[in-house]
Amino acid sequence: MSVNYGSKRLVVGAHYGLRDWIAQRVTGLLMALFTVIVLAQVVLNKGPMGYEKWAGIFAAQWMKALTFSVIVALLYHAWVGMREIFMDYIPGAYVRLLLQTFSIVWLVACAGWAIQVLWRL
Amino acid sequence: MSEISPPPRAKRPEFRNINPFNDMPGYRWPLAAIVSGMHRFSGLLMFLLMPFIIWMFDTSVSSEISFARFTSAFRNGLGFFPGPLVKLVALGLIWAFLHHFIAGLRHIYMDIFHTVSKEAGRISAQWTLALSLGLTVVLGAKLFGLY
Repeated sequence: MSVNYGSKRLVVGAHYGLRDWIAQRVTGLLMALFTVIVLAQVVLNKGPMGYEKWAGIFAAQWMKALTFSVIVALLYHAWVGMREIFMDYIPGAYVRLLLQTFSIVWLVACAGWAIQVLWRL
Repeated sequence: MSEISPPPRAKRPEFRNINPFNDMPGYRWPLAAIVSGMHRFSGLLMFLLMPFIIWMFDTSVSSEISFARFTSAFRNGLGFFPGPLVKLVALGLIWAFLHHFIAGLRHIYMDIFHTVSKEAGRISAQWTLALSLGLTVVLGAKLFGLY
């Protein structure tokens, strides 16, 4: 571990690049797995896909737990992606900060709504 | 210090303070760059349309009545949005999801197998586009009731 304190302290570089890079992939894989599981149940379903069957997919407790994790994963995944877009295209610190703030509120609000829906099931 | 100076080189164009309107149209867009740009764009699109996605999740799973509201949005429209427009937005989301999904798997594949050559990037970009656009056409035809 390199020295990163006192006069040797790095004052630039966020250092969360690798962590976010890994998180982006892990959360992406989790959502991919979720997609495959949902799609498999839709494809393997016999007869017309009505409300009962569709809602039934999400009603099982393990599926609720998985869906909950996917919502949280999506929240983080989208945050990393949006932050990347802002860092690349928005040069002004104030505008960028404003957009990042908006993204956080937007994502947390969306995640809250989705979890609320899930909890009612 | 010796007085060796590097041989004079041809002056290469320098790009500082890139102007999007004057400089960017001259950029080359190889297939891998198109896939990368579309990966970003599809992610942004899904981010912006997230409330609609959750609305679909909400209405489709909450109750029998809301499920009917969900299906009628595609037939009879939603608020002042006509049904075909709702379908078109859904088609856009289907494309965005498929592209983002496949391009994301492509990234993970490249990370694991270290396929960083130009040629491999071009071939996997071709696969990504063919699969995502092909599946979008198949699912879009289903969405618009062509089969």
